[in-house]
Amino acid sequence: MSAFRALSLAIVRGFLRDKASLFFALVFPLMFLVLFGGLLGDRSQSEVDLVQVGDVPVLDALSPEAAEAFEDTFAVTRTDDLDGALAQVRSGDADVAVVMEDDTLVAHFTLTDQVAAAVTQGALRAFVDGTNVAVLARETGSPPPYSLRVQQVEDDSLSTIQFVTPGLLGWAVAMSAAFGAAATLQGWRQSKLLRRLQLAPVSTRTVVSARVAVTLGIALVQMAIFLGLAAAAFGLQLSGAWWAAVPLLVVGTLCFMAVGLLAGALARTTEGAVNAANFMVLPMAFLSGSFFPLDGAPTWLQRLSDLLPLKHLNEGMLDVMVRGEGASAALAPMAVLAGFAVVITLLAARLFRWETV
Amino acid sequence: MAAIRAEGLTKVYGDLRAVDGVSLEVAEGEFVGVLGPNGAGKTTLLELVEGLRRPDGGTVEVLGERVWPRNAGLLPRIGVQLQASAFFERLTAREQIRTFAALYDVSPARADDWLERVGLGEKAASRVEDLSGGQAQRLSIACALVHDPDLVFLDEPTAALDPQARRNLWDLLSGINDSGRTVVLTTHYMDEAEVLCDRVAVMDAGRVLQVGAPADLIRDLGAPARTLEDVFLHLTGREYRA
Repeated sequence: MSAFRALSLAIVRGFLRDKASLFFALVFPLMFLVLFGGLLGDRSQSEVDLVQVGDVPVLDALSPEAAEAFEDTFAVTRTDDLDGALAQVRSGDADVAVVMEDDTLVAHFTLTDQVAAAVTQGALRAFVDGTNVAVLARETGSPPPYSLRVQQVEDDSLSTIQFVTPGLLGWAVAMSAAFGAAATLQGWRQSKLLRRLQLAPVSTRTVVSARVAVTLGIALVQMAIFLGLAAAAFGLQLSGAWWAAVPLLVVGTLCFMAVGLLAGALARTTEGAVNAANFMVLPMAFLSGSFFPLDGAPTWLQRLSDLLPLKHLNEGMLDVMVRGEGASAALAPMAVLAGFAVVITLLAARLFRWETV
Repeated sequence: MAAIRAEGLTKVYGDLRAVDGVSLEVAEGEFVGVLGPNGAGKTTLLELVEGLRRPDGGTVEVLGERVWPRNAGLLPRIGVQLQASAFFERLTAREQIRTFAALYDVSPARADDWLERVGLGEKAASRVEDLSGGQAQRLSIACALVHDPDLVFLDEPTAALDPQARRNLWDLLSGINDSGRTVVLTTHYMDEAEVLCDRVAVMDAGRVLQVGAPADLIRDLGAPARTLEDVFLHLTGREYRA
């Protein structure tokens, strides 16, 4: 067996038998995926609870298409008791109560759920306007001068699962690459295995490439499991050039191995190295939009996040995996990540000390 | 040809002269012990000879070849045991020694033979973390010998072992030397050095104070000395060390 294969096998076995590293590489990020994808779900799909008091001719007279759209938006219950309906809205059991007063449709709502309130107002206004136009067109005999056709494009505001899968995957890969490199460097130095390998007729390149190969393998397995679960269980839909995320992930893995080397070079114990890696990666994950979008963050924070490699990994993966951009969208992030990898590795090499004291 | 020829070896860390002008020659087939209190410079001396560090002064040749910079042609001919924890995490004893064997292009079958020779046949499937101190020491020695090196370095191979495990290991170590290998070991145990070593070098403060056969050193010191330990304390004093 070649030295490369023997070393890779030894590292893989060490990884698979370490329950903590398996947990943090696979189970822990998947818990977040289930949390974000499953529990928070997709807010835009939830229906608005509407209570219809008495006869509401405007709504009853909708055209078949409009009626269908109406039912997609609202879950309707009918009653004749206005006070009861208002009480339901007040207590939050319903989002809106509608009643006809002469020719005016009156909607009673609360601002408790602002999204639902906005949807309710906009939708009701649209249905009333639609009915008005239809009535006017019938009376005057001329069709309305303007019409609207809607066509969906992939946009920046993605549904929950579409947004969180690439970001969480980026975080998971960054975390396990950094932990793996930090723990290996520091653990092998502590146990003197690094010295022992130096005295074996095996080149540094062979040792490093075995560790890199195993980490890349782990990253690709993470990707397969993430995308598989997100697609099967939560309806993730990948856009055309998603495969460009593979080379992007490879460069990202190298970059975060460098971060791990830096953590390993700074720390004096294996635990310290893993903690240092965590200290670098976890805040970076928040600031890089792994868990929630940064669109609402202040400008200075967004500029700050441009200095973090994970931001570029996440943005690149979002672009090619779900925003429908071409493979070339991955090139700039790959170049940035490669640059970070080189600089951080050089820094780690300078800071690394063979001796513990 | 000498197995090791060091002349004026010096290594300086800041103000500390960790190894200070050490000259030492070890003949092929010899069993040599390096003795000294903690911080005497034993480990640094060994690392200089092994080629792990660049000397600040002096020269060293091993088996007739230079050791610094890293000499890949020499490495298959030397075996090194650094400390009993220099293992791959979570591998079994058999996986461990087979991995080292692969680094030296040695077959798994020969690796398994070595496991038997150090009495770990029954522990082959145990993870290194589950081995006792003595078993781990024996495994690390087997890993150092798996490629049949001409020259073996052992750094405190019997540290923290109980007397049974220590004696057990002595048999193993003298067996290694009987087959014609040169062995260099560091130790804190004078009885061990007396039993195992052809010659000992007593070190302190980076210098070799005396080199000779244990019996000669004891005789030369005269009346108060009955053991090598007396010689050692006479040379290095009785103060506590780091």
